[in-house]
Amino acid sequence: MGYNCVVCVKQVPDTKRVTGDAMKEDGTVNRAALPAIFNPEDLNALEEALCIREAHGGTVTALSMGAPPVSETLRECLYRGADRGVLITDRKAAASDTLATSYILSLAVKKLQPDIVLCGRQAIDGDTAQVGPQLAGKLGFTLMTYVEELVELDGQTIRAKRNVGNGWELVSAKLPVLITVTEAANTPRPPAARRIMKYKKARTRSEVEQMAENLLEGDFENYTAELKAAEVAKHCQTLSDKGILIDQWSLEDMGADLDWCGMSGSPTKVHRIQSVVLKGGQYREIPPTEEGVASLVEQLVSDHTLG
Amino acid sequence: MIDTNKQGEVWIFAEQEEGNLSDVPLELMTKGRQLAETLSVPLGAVLLGDAVSPLAGKLIAHGADKVYLVEHPKLAQYQTTGYSKAICELIEQYKPQICLYGATPVGRDLAPTVASTMWCGLTADCTDLQIGDHTDPISKQEHKNLLQQIRPAFGGNIIATIVNPSRWPQMATVREGVMPMSEPIASRKGQIIQCQADLDELDLPLTIEQTHRRPKRVNLKAARVIVAGGAGIGSRKNFDVLWELAGCLGAAVAGSRAAVDLGFIDHDHQVGQTGTTVRPALYIAAGISGAVQHRAGMQDSAKVLAINTDPKADIFSVAHYGIVGDFMEVVPKMIKAIRGGSDVKEAVASSQA
Repeated sequence: MGYNCVVCVKQVPDTKRVTGDAMKEDGTVNRAALPAIFNPEDLNALEEALCIREAHGGTVTALSMGAPPVSETLRECLYRGADRGVLITDRKAAASDTLATSYILSLAVKKLQPDIVLCGRQAIDGDTAQVGPQLAGKLGFTLMTYVEELVELDGQTIRAKRNVGNGWELVSAKLPVLITVTEAANTPRPPAARRIMKYKKARTRSEVEQMAENLLEGDFENYTAELKAAEVAKHCQTLSDKGILIDQWSLEDMGADLDWCGMSGSPTKVHRIQSVVLKGGQYREIPPTEEGVASLVEQLVSDHTLG
Repeated sequence: MIDTNKQGEVWIFAEQEEGNLSDVPLELMTKGRQLAETLSVPLGAVLLGDAVSPLAGKLIAHGADKVYLVEHPKLAQYQTTGYSKAICELIEQYKPQICLYGATPVGRDLAPTVASTMWCGLTADCTDLQIGDHTDPISKQEHKNLLQQIRPAFGGNIIATIVNPSRWPQMATVREGVMPMSEPIASRKGQIIQCQADLDELDLPLTIEQTHRRPKRVNLKAARVIVAGGAGIGSRKNFDVLWELAGCLGAAVAGSRAAVDLGFIDHDHQVGQTGTTVRPALYIAAGISGAVQHRAGMQDSAKVLAINTDPKADIFSVAHYGIVGDFMEVVPKMIKAIRGGSDVKEAVASSQA
C-alpha cells in the first residue's frame, strides 16, 4: 500500500552567512542582504518522504506558507521529486507566530488528508522547533519529534528511532503521525536534471498574475480587468494541463477563521529587538612569547582565576 | 487559553527521568523564584511521573512554595500526549500566569503541544526572563508586569524580547545552563498538592519499544576552567595539546560546533547555541573564530582568553586577554609556564583538591 505524505517546507534567510551589512543601523534585519534558502532540515524531511514513496508507493505533496516568492522553494521540491506543490499565500497570514502558522497549516493538511506529515526539526531563522509539535496538536496526529531513522512502515504502523539528546528511543505508533526529521536522518538528494526541465516553468497563480503583462500581446493598457483575469485563468489552465501549476490557496479557500490567523491570531508580540553589538578591542593583548605567556599565567594565578 | 490572571502563580515544569531531576528544573527554580517574588505570587513546581513523590522535597528546598504532584503509572515514561493532557488540566484548574519549561528535548516537545492545545503563546529557548511593562504599538494599550521573554533569534544575530499580553498562561522554554542553580535550603517549607490525571490508552499513542541512554561523559557546566578549540585546531590529533593543557589545569575540554562537525571532538563537548552554555571562571578559546552562535554559549564566562592567528577574529570581541599567535606555539608555552612555576603548580593542585 502507498502512503500519502505532506512535507512542510520553509524558505528562510541564510542566517549562517550573515555578513556585515545583514543588520541595518536601526537594529532591524536587512533581509535584502541575506540570500533566501531552503531550510536545511526541511530538505531532510522531503528526502524522508521521497524514500517512503520509493519503498511503498503513494504521493509526496510539498506545502509551504509565505509570500509569492516562496514558490521557488516549492519548485525546488518538484525538482527533487515531490509530486505536487501547495503554496498558502495571503496578506492576512502575514506576521503569524508559530501558533497562528500551525493553525493555518493544519487547515491545508486537513484538505490534503495525508497519512504522514513530515517537518524539519526546526528552521534556522527562529530555531524554535515549535511549528511541528503545534501542528500535530492542531491535527490530533501522534507526534514523533527528532526522528533520525525511519525504521519501518508496516500497514498502519510506523516505527522510528528518535534522538532524545542523551541517547535514543525506538518508538512506534499508528498512523496518522507527524514526524520532525533531523539532519542525521539522511542525505538529501540533489535536484534531478530531468525534473528541472519539466518543472522549471511551474508557477503559482500569483506568479502568473505577475507575468500577465508579458503574456498579453499588444497594448496592455487596453485590456480590462476581466480580460486580464481571463488571460491569467487561461494560462493557469495551460499549466494545469501540463501538470506544472503549483496550487495556491488563500485563507478563504481553506475556510480559515481570521481571528486565529496573522497578527490577531498570534499571542506573542515583539516587545523589543536589539542587534548583537560586539564590544570590540577591549581585551588586553598578550605577546605570544614565553615571557608574555608566563606573566599571564602568573597573573591568572595571583587573581585566583587559576587556583 | 486562560484569561489573564494577575494573581496566578509562576510555574515551572519539573522534568524528571527515571525518578531523577536534572539540573534544568533546578536552574528554572532560581529564575522562577525571582519572578514569583517580583509578582508577589507563589512559585509552583509541576512534577509528573510514577512514584516520583520523593522529588517533591528537593523542589521545595530549591524554592518551590507548592509542588503539584501528578503520579500515574501511565506517566512513568515521558510521552507527549499524556504529559500535555495532564498539564493542560492543571493549567485549566489553577490558572497560573507563567509556565516555564527547560529547553530540553522533552521541554521542546511538550511546551509547544501544551501551547497548541491551550491556544496560548510560547517563546522558545529564552536566555533571560524579566518582569516589565509593555505598550501595544498600535492600540497604545498598556500592559503591566508581563513576562519579558528574551532570546537570541536569527541565528543569534539579534536579541528579541517577546511578550504575550493576553492569551495566557505566558509560556517559555529556557535554555539549559544560562541561569545559575541556587543552593537548596533544607528547612524551607512548602505544600505538596496531590493531583489526579485522567488518562486512558488513547493518551499513550506511542509505544516506546527501546530506550538507550548514554550517560553524559563530560559536565562542562561544572568546570571551573574550560579549554576550547575550534576549526583552527585543524585535526583531532592537534587537539591533543589542548587536552594536555586542560590536564595540567584540571580543566574540561570543549569544542565549537565547527570542531565537532569536523570530528575533532565529540558532541558532548560542544559549547554554543546548539551545545552547552557555560560560564566558567576562565574560558580559553584556541583557534575559535567566535561566530555569534559560539559566543552565545560562553560570553558570560568570568574571564576569556582568546588565542587566534587572526587579530580580526570575532572571539577577541568577548575576550579579556588576547594572544595573536598560533596555538601550536602558544599553548605549549602555557603548559611550560604552568608546569615550571612551582607557585602555579601548587595553586592549580589546591584548586583541584
